[in-house]
Amino acid sequence: MLAKRIIPCLDVTLDEKGARVVKGVEFVNLRDAGDPVELAKRYDEEGADELVFLDITASAHGRKTMVDVIERTAEEVFIPLTVGGGIKSIEDINEMLSAGADKVSINTAAVKNPEFVREAAEVFGSQCIVVAIDCRRNFDLGKGKYFVELEDGRKAWYEVVIYGGRKPTGIDAVEWAKKVEELGAGEILLTSMNRDGTKIGYDIPITRKISEEVKIPVIASGGAGKPEHFYEAFTVGKADACLAASIFHYREVEIEELKRYLKEKGIPVRV
Amino acid sequence: MIAIVNYGVGNLKSIKKAVEKFDRAVVTRNAEEISAADGIILPGVGAFPAAIKNLADLKYVIVNAKVPVLGICLGMQLFAEVSEEGGINEGLKIIRGRVVKFPESVGKIPHMGWNIVRNSDHEIFEGIKDRYFYFVHSYYFRAEEGVIATTDYGIEFPSAVAKNNFIGVQFHPEKSGKVGLKLIENFVEICKQNP
Repeated sequence: MLAKRIIPCLDVTLDEKGARVVKGVEFVNLRDAGDPVELAKRYDEEGADELVFLDITASAHGRKTMVDVIERTAEEVFIPLTVGGGIKSIEDINEMLSAGADKVSINTAAVKNPEFVREAAEVFGSQCIVVAIDCRRNFDLGKGKYFVELEDGRKAWYEVVIYGGRKPTGIDAVEWAKKVEELGAGEILLTSMNRDGTKIGYDIPITRKISEEVKIPVIASGGAGKPEHFYEAFTVGKADACLAASIFHYREVEIEELKRYLKEKGIPVRV
Repeated sequence: MIAIVNYGVGNLKSIKKAVEKFDRAVVTRNAEEISAADGIILPGVGAFPAAIKNLADLKYVIVNAKVPVLGICLGMQLFAEVSEEGGINEGLKIIRGRVVKFPESVGKIPHMGWNIVRNSDHEIFEGIKDRYFYFVHSYYFRAEEGVIATTDYGIEFPSAVAKNNFIGVQFHPEKSGKVGLKLIENFVEICKQNP
């Protein structure tokens, strides 16, 4: 049986000195968190199962910096690496994989051109292609397709948002998840904007709903604040992996301790 | 010096960097360079038909190698007699058995992620016992001899094989963290001890 994965995320942006890591709170108010390559090494030491690097500048200049970060990381870190942020062409993917990444994560470009997901999966194989879905609860029940019951009994649908959460699309997240699976995505990285940066726990209702509706692995993202949140996402939320950023950066949750806790609770994890 | 055979599939950067922690490494498809190495690694991400075709001119050098040969993932599957991936194709016929697809009943295919390798005490596993390694594959080698480790993914399948100087692993040691590096170190040791 496969181990449930713990994935630290490194949000990478630029300054005059080069690449830095930052973590956004609801994708604004960015706080600096140090050098990405050093942080990647630390996470590897602590037992991370994979690493995700997100270029939050999503610009051509940002991509160049990211290539450098991935190249330097791949020289010293021997676990799977995923890169996302501004990936929008076959050349972009090729560049990242050549630098040493194992997978790329596609977000806005997939929404704008779904055929790009199919083409990418055909060229590089589904195992390389992660589709990142950012979504937000919408209580206008006249519009969505899949209605999910929330913790308080209310119903909502989840709307896909793009450009780092700034732009709603009108697309139902569950429907979109099923679509990207059909297009050849190998994995879904699901972030609920209602929870991102809050530390009150993953958005369990949508994580569970999408995990039940697709066969490909689902990575829960947004909202982790303590070990119990990971346990809840793996059990109630049926997630295959859990991603978090700031709580690992600032050691509010230690990866080793987290994995020991999960193992004691009967979750198969690599320790 | 370890020769990493470049037969046009996948990214060889991680495996090269991993080997370089313990020995010099060269990525090559030059027969003389491969023959002169202390050990040979057949890496592999990609599809069997293209791989065996790209390897045609190096087949003799590999099959007749006197030094240790490590096949990784597709590189291990190339040791088989036959593969069913993308039609029926003959392999290097080093180890008896067939490469077949996982049945749908196992669940998600490809088998991708960290899974436990239950290993024998073969020297490639020196210091390693029943640990998690990283896998990415849809086909597996149903070896009829030389199985030195198995893994459970709905069915129990051979995750490592060995026969004479040939060792194959279905997982990616170059993506398996510290345990993976230990296995690569073990391979380099085996190469150094080979007379």
